[in-house]
Amino acid sequence: MDGLITALLWLAALFLVFTYVSWRAGRLDRLHARVDLARAALDAALVRRAAVALELAASQLLDPATSLLLAAAAHAARTADAESREFAESDLSRALRAAVDQPGLRATLDGRGAPLFEELDAAVQKVMFARRFSNDAVSATRIARRRILARLLPLAGHAPMPEFFEIDDVPPMLD
Amino acid sequence: MRIGIVCPYTWNVPGGVQAHIRDLAEALIAVGHHVSVITPADDDAALPPYAVSAGRAIPVPYNGSVARLSFGFLSAGRVRRWIREGDFDVLHIHEPAAPSLGLLACWVADGPLVATFHASYEKSRAVSVSAPILQSALEKITGRIAVSEAARTTLVEHLGGDAVLIPNGIATARYEHGEPLPGWAGRTDAEGPDAPQALGFLGRLDEPRKGLPVLLKAFETLGRARPGLRLLVAGPGDEEEILAKVSPELRDRVVMLGLVSEEDKVRAYHSVDVFVAPNLGGESFGIVLTEAMSAGAPILASDIEAFRRVLDDGRAGALFPTGDPAALAERAALLLDDAKCRADLSEQARTAVRVYDWSTVARDVLRVYETVVVGVPGAAVTVS
Repeated sequence: MDGLITALLWLAALFLVFTYVSWRAGRLDRLHARVDLARAALDAALVRRAAVALELAASQLLDPATSLLLAAAAHAARTADAESREFAESDLSRALRAAVDQPGLRATLDGRGAPLFEELDAAVQKVMFARRFSNDAVSATRIARRRILARLLPLAGHAPMPEFFEIDDVPPMLD
Repeated sequence: MRIGIVCPYTWNVPGGVQAHIRDLAEALIAVGHHVSVITPADDDAALPPYAVSAGRAIPVPYNGSVARLSFGFLSAGRVRRWIREGDFDVLHIHEPAAPSLGLLACWVADGPLVATFHASYEKSRAVSVSAPILQSALEKITGRIAVSEAARTTLVEHLGGDAVLIPNGIATARYEHGEPLPGWAGRTDAEGPDAPQALGFLGRLDEPRKGLPVLLKAFETLGRARPGLRLLVAGPGDEEEILAKVSPELRDRVVMLGLVSEEDKVRAYHSVDVFVAPNLGGESFGIVLTEAMSAGAPILASDIEAFRRVLDDGRAGALFPTGDPAALAERAALLLDDAKCRADLSEQARTAVRVYDWSTVARDVLRVYETVVVGVPGAAVTVS
């Protein structure tokens, strides 16, 4: 009789441990899914920003030198490999600021290209938002994966440790 | 876009979060989006057409004041049904760390979740205790917004992670014009102790953090030195209890309006010579302050971080050391004696408040929605 109770208690304990571990694994899984989605949103925002920058370069609103600078930076950002992407995107932010923050530019244009500048304003802000959200998801996931249980057991499967995306995304002054 | 918004506090009780949600919802509807708001509401409360009641809220002590919150399995069930029937593309939860509908929504919803954090407070044991409970619900949020630098710091310190900063908006046009209330002269260029002037206060009477006691103490000095001065107090709470704290000879110059309608609130801002915001803290933005600024009221506010920022470091409103009645009385007297200074502050306030207009804010919030729905199919918010 005693043996049976001991066995039942062990079973119950095992069940609890199993439930907890699978809950933790499920939670990590959800966090990884959130990282993937946030990263996809960030990619979309970056590609969109490069596209708007290219359009601005081709719009003949800016002088040829500025246009060339902008087009080159946008192209570099779009074609950069994983290694150099953060640098290329930061360069695009700087090129955009250099192009758009020229003193007196908006007065010279006098309303021409307003829809394009509005689109650029949205694009650069969405890059800031998407990057913040992505890094937020990454940090939550990294914290969860550093917990002792996640290090002892392969709770995260083969998912690589998510990386932060660090760039200069300070927007040009558009308002 | 189909947008579901979750309000944590009772709709018909005036408050910064509720006003924020109302104005955001209306600004989003104005540009053609479908918006549904779920909120606690009293049974007989009149709700706008876009709001849905989640039932009555219960007054409980929380975070240093008495809050009316909705919790429990019945509320969770209502939120669940609302999400299922709403077909939302994005769910926007306000104050998800408060034990109310917002937290329940985090718990039952899956999909693109945006959350706005309003409150700011110092790190405390009580909040540290709740952090692990909140963690797993808040982990589902895809995009976090903070309404102020202080709210963002609170979020980072208590719960970790980060948020984008989108300040509160204000429908500035709604406050721009207003007749003074009957019996009040409104803003004049009067100066001197006998001039019929008025100070104003707006906020809950029984909430210590709003700082009414500081103003009352200052009025003891001011009222005696300036026989023409009256104090206009608008806000819900026990009026008898407040009046009992005022010396008998000054009592008839403290006018209590009680809970005022939106329209009377605007008129109240236009009825006073100096609007006083003596808050002691816990305020992350000060929506009352921006309303007064839109009305062009000359402002005297405590120098808490949030007010300092909104008032452009004192250029758009005078500041005094927080919780110091003597300093309040002294600065108020200076302002009451200087019509030119009041006119300047009024002008500066109207200019400084423009960046907070709702049209700007709603546009930024929409960009957050558009960011978090990238890559997820439409009507993506589901119940888990």
